[in-house]
Amino acid sequence: MNLLGKKKLNQNSFLLIVTIILFFAMYIFGCIVFRDLNFGRFQVFLNLMINNAALIVIACGMTIVMITGGIDISVGSFVALSCMMLANMMENQGVGAVQAVLIVLVTGVVFGIVQGFLVAYLNIQPFIVTLAGMFFARGMTAIISRDMIAIKNELFTSWAQFRIRFPFGGYVNRRGKVIDPYIYPTVVIALVILVITFIILRYSRFGRRFYAVGGSEQSSLLMGINIRRTRFIAYVISGFYCAIGGILFCLNTCSGFVEQAKGFEMDAIASAVIGGTLLTGGVGNVIGSFFGVLIKGTIETLINFPGVLSSWWVRIAIAALLAFFIILQSVLGSKKEKGARA
Amino acid sequence: MKKVVAVLLALMMVAGMVYAEDLITVGYAQVGAESDWRMANTKSFQDTFTPENGYQLIFDDAQQKQENQIRAIRNFIQREVDYIVVAPVVETGWETVLQEAYDAGIPVILSDRMMDVSDELYVAWVGGNFVKEGETAGHWLEDYLEKQGRADEDINIVTLQGTIGASAQVGRTEGFGNILAQHDNWHMLAMQTGEFTQAKGQEVMESFLHSYPDIDVVVCENDNMAFGAIDAIKAAGRTCGPDGDIIIFSFDAVRAAFDAMIAGDLNAAFECNPLHGPRVAEIIQKLENGESVDKIQYVDETYFDTTMDLEAIKATRAY
Repeated sequence: MNLLGKKKLNQNSFLLIVTIILFFAMYIFGCIVFRDLNFGRFQVFLNLMINNAALIVIACGMTIVMITGGIDISVGSFVALSCMMLANMMENQGVGAVQAVLIVLVTGVVFGIVQGFLVAYLNIQPFIVTLAGMFFARGMTAIISRDMIAIKNELFTSWAQFRIRFPFGGYVNRRGKVIDPYIYPTVVIALVILVITFIILRYSRFGRRFYAVGGSEQSSLLMGINIRRTRFIAYVISGFYCAIGGILFCLNTCSGFVEQAKGFEMDAIASAVIGGTLLTGGVGNVIGSFFGVLIKGTIETLINFPGVLSSWWVRIAIAALLAFFIILQSVLGSKKEKGARA
Repeated sequence: MKKVVAVLLALMMVAGMVYAEDLITVGYAQVGAESDWRMANTKSFQDTFTPENGYQLIFDDAQQKQENQIRAIRNFIQREVDYIVVAPVVETGWETVLQEAYDAGIPVILSDRMMDVSDELYVAWVGGNFVKEGETAGHWLEDYLEKQGRADEDINIVTLQGTIGASAQVGRTEGFGNILAQHDNWHMLAMQTGEFTQAKGQEVMESFLHSYPDIDVVVCENDNMAFGAIDAIKAAGRTCGPDGDIIIFSFDAVRAAFDAMIAGDLNAAFECNPLHGPRVAEIIQKLENGESVDKIQYVDETYFDTTMDLEAIKATRAY
């Protein structure tokens, strides 16, 4: 038992290390090849975080769900719903920014509770439940409004445009403008969520239960873990993180629109898988998913920077990476099986 | 390992190609490639901003996603392009990223759709004038009726409108309405949306033909709805086009509209010009010379009818 546990951890950390090395390799490659295009600038790295803050949070939630052996494909639609709710409440209903944000957070939890209940207590396939959730959320977004709603709420836009400047690493651009590296509050929120999730998953009994349930239902039953409740909680957390992600997404785009964040769920799943999370459950790490998101962002930047490649290559590159990681996982998995038999 | 080195070298060569000196770099964040119109729009930029003309174009296809366009603009800023051109996916939510471009001192030019941002954040907008398109159509109808000797007759008109609220729908309805108001003998019997689609256009036209037996003119706010309407008219046993009893014309003037005119089903098509590249280049040249530019710039738009040599014109059309 002890031996198996150790092996699993090794496998987990091996995949994580591969992901991290890959990220740095790609990033350094970019710095060398595009050195004349300022790829090495600190701001380029910060932009990765700014552009992907919402995805980082959502990938964290997705990782937890996937560790329990489930999946949540409703996240993209829910992000669109969150943005639309925020836009509609602030612009059409006269709700304050703080209240609107709180209502979205509560909606996220309720959404998670419903999905979690259906998956955990009624034993319905998570794919089907969250597929329904995906249609529901997208449909509701269109019901609220089919127009594009611009958010002009002063408080909300002041959050969106509030730059946290770094006191170092500033540069003077070609036009003689001095620019200090900056991030938006969205990045701070995303990183805080990432760290909290990491600590919970790694060090708390509560967090280890997700791994136990995803790894082997039988043994977690023997350990006295309430499997249903653990699964349920995973979806509630995912729902809550989705709402946070939706708010971060909205802070980036400042608008509500029914077509927003289409395919976002796939980006989140891809990031988690690239980060070493197994679709079969039991293995995964939010730090890996974080690097998964950064890898996706780096690919986009690498392809966007020269401006001669079609942006559709991003998809192809991500497909290749996914295939690579899935094969790697299955090779490791079969090794583990062999080891267990011997 | 050899392969890896080879791939790296190849990539470096690709990267090397883009370091060209003395060219004006233009970052262009395009919506996507969803229609022939959009492809022609893209091609216009690619043909205009060439190294031979002194430009280097950094093109990004946003695949219909605003977040991709925002990301592309951020990359353009870091890459320090000389100008950023954006054809926004949506009209809202650009304040933050345009402020970043503004702070970096990079001028932003908008193409096609407008952005809902404060004026100082962009230097110019280039696009079609939908109101003028509608007015051109109205004037064309005036002339056409005059030539037919029906200038003083009562003329019954129906309109297949675009998706309500779309700028093309609003502008074209308004423009045609301006000319309509000058003629007491023109009667707008009904206006209904066909949502810019052929199927819906046909459906609405069927109901129009049913309710109003004496329609003289059908205004279609895009080509696709006209194709649907033509089918409906034929199915009802009526005729349209220059030799038929119903006058029908549409907006956009895509290739298929030329085919319809050549086939004698459609009277006229009013262009919605996607060739924004040359106008944007003109703006950039002015800015390079330190001249001021007009904030709102309409591209030139024309119209086509069955009196012209349509085969010859069609051969030269980009879309």
